[in-house]
Amino acid sequence: MIRPITLPLLVLALAGVLAMVISVGVGSVAISPADVLSVFLGEGSNLQRTLILELRLPRTLSAFATGGLLAVAGALMQVLLRNPLADPYVLGLSGGAAVGALLAMLAGLGGAVISGSAFAGALLATLMVFGLAHGTGSWTPSRLLLTGVVVAAGWGAVITLMLAISPARELPGMLYWLMGDVSFARIPWPGLGLLTVVCVLVVPLGRSLNVLARGPMQAAALGISVRPLEWLIYILASLLTATAVTMAGSIGFVGLVVPHMLRLVLGNDQRLILPACALAGGTLLVLADTLARVVIAPEQLPVGVITALLGVPTFLYLLYRSR
Amino acid sequence: MDAMQSRHMQTLSTRNLVIDIPGRADGYPLDLTIGSGQIWGVLGPNGAGKTTLLHTLAGLRPPRAGALYLDDVSVSGIKRRVFSQQLGLVFQDRQDDFPATVMETALIGRHPWLSPWQMEGADDLAMAQRALEALDVLHLKDRLVSTLSGGERQRVAIATLMTQSPHTWLLDEPTNHLDLHHQVAVMKLLTDRAAAGNAIFMCLHDLNLAARWCDHILLMYPNGEACWGPAERMLVPNALERLYNQQLATVEVDGAPFFVPRRT
Repeated sequence: MIRPITLPLLVLALAGVLAMVISVGVGSVAISPADVLSVFLGEGSNLQRTLILELRLPRTLSAFATGGLLAVAGALMQVLLRNPLADPYVLGLSGGAAVGALLAMLAGLGGAVISGSAFAGALLATLMVFGLAHGTGSWTPSRLLLTGVVVAAGWGAVITLMLAISPARELPGMLYWLMGDVSFARIPWPGLGLLTVVCVLVVPLGRSLNVLARGPMQAAALGISVRPLEWLIYILASLLTATAVTMAGSIGFVGLVVPHMLRLVLGNDQRLILPACALAGGTLLVLADTLARVVIAPEQLPVGVITALLGVPTFLYLLYRSR
Repeated sequence: MDAMQSRHMQTLSTRNLVIDIPGRADGYPLDLTIGSGQIWGVLGPNGAGKTTLLHTLAGLRPPRAGALYLDDVSVSGIKRRVFSQQLGLVFQDRQDDFPATVMETALIGRHPWLSPWQMEGADDLAMAQRALEALDVLHLKDRLVSTLSGGERQRVAIATLMTQSPHTWLLDEPTNHLDLHHQVAVMKLLTDRAAAGNAIFMCLHDLNLAARWCDHILLMYPNGEACWGPAERMLVPNALERLYNQQLATVEVDGAPFFVPRRT
């Protein structure tokens, strides 16, 4: 709450741009950063233009949006539950969204209906987890988390079941809902737009989130209307998760590790952490996707494998250094 | 002096207030006026409803009957944010698990004073710094609250209330976890605040701290009965023995009564 906010965000934004330049340059045909820049400036050869603007850039931007959305959703859930282990994937939001999207696909519906169905699935998952955890009255974060974990396992089973009964020719297009993969993502703009809106919203909301992190009673004693704020966070987190899942399936690690790493480095002011999550989450997923494309080229890895392999050691190192 | 003295201060009072304790058939109506400069001590055995009373006074749970007033305005018509500029509370149970440093924790006290678009400024920072210094935890300002000892966390919580700088201070067992020196330091701090015009209202388990530092006492009996008034009228051995169901011996130290439990 006392650190300057612009400098870290500037550094993170720069890192994001750098990651994207690297990402669109890497592939079966390598393109140097200088050529990438010249294409952005409207020059370059036709082949390079097609490769970058039509094939690689949409995927890179989608990866950025997905990573940012998941990281912000994770950070929001963590404040809501006052538990650094909360994450849209752990709480079953991703699973609910994936089931919603798969149902729409099984019914032969397309486009906007799939997104809407994914959002409904994420909201349903949220309501289920919070409703069940509320139960007879006590509403402790640990109980909430445990309910979320169990419900998430349930969603995983439903997804596997749906994949098992789907026609074989649909499988390649559906499998990524389970693994998380940005290679099918082609339209990054809704995700990027939502990410921008949330980052702007965080400016007036951030201090209330800081107070809510000290517990609902303390927040109420400092003049916050706790219930409306909590509902706003559920809905925001569900919307963010659903948008991310519709773009790239359930990628599990970003919402957990990015907020953690940023808190260790930047402190705990949500007004800084949430926009930083958007930038760092996006950057992480862009880099992870780049790696996923080249590690076993010409084959591609699901990006979720890379996020886990990248995230775990970094996180452990930072955690170890902080004490 | 600082911002907290220059604004209008409003006195908290209750009219026929009955706190809502599950399982208690009927409560005793309270007509309290917590005036400027007064230090109230609330005494009573476990389960008498001391914490419930504090939460009710802070507007965090509805009373069974009666109402709260700031001056002559019913609290139900006052916005939460405006109310929390006038009244603040140190909780007995706090949620310190989510990461935040001592300084960040103290600064949330400024929340009611800032508009949504405002960042904490140099003044807010200075207030938090003064409060942390007054509670002897400034040297811990960059530590995570979750890594502190119970007594240090208690002092950070009081510093947060001091940073909030409401007129009326409610404190639930403010001397919990504190060593003897810091117990006295906190009591002195509260006395200073009262002398500066604040109203202090706290639950205490230590009868003798109340006898030494409080000028008004509220006794809460387990059956819901209550009586209140100036300390010297309330702190009589008969009433206290009935309150705690415990025989007491009384001696006098520095002109104030000192109560010691008898062995029988």
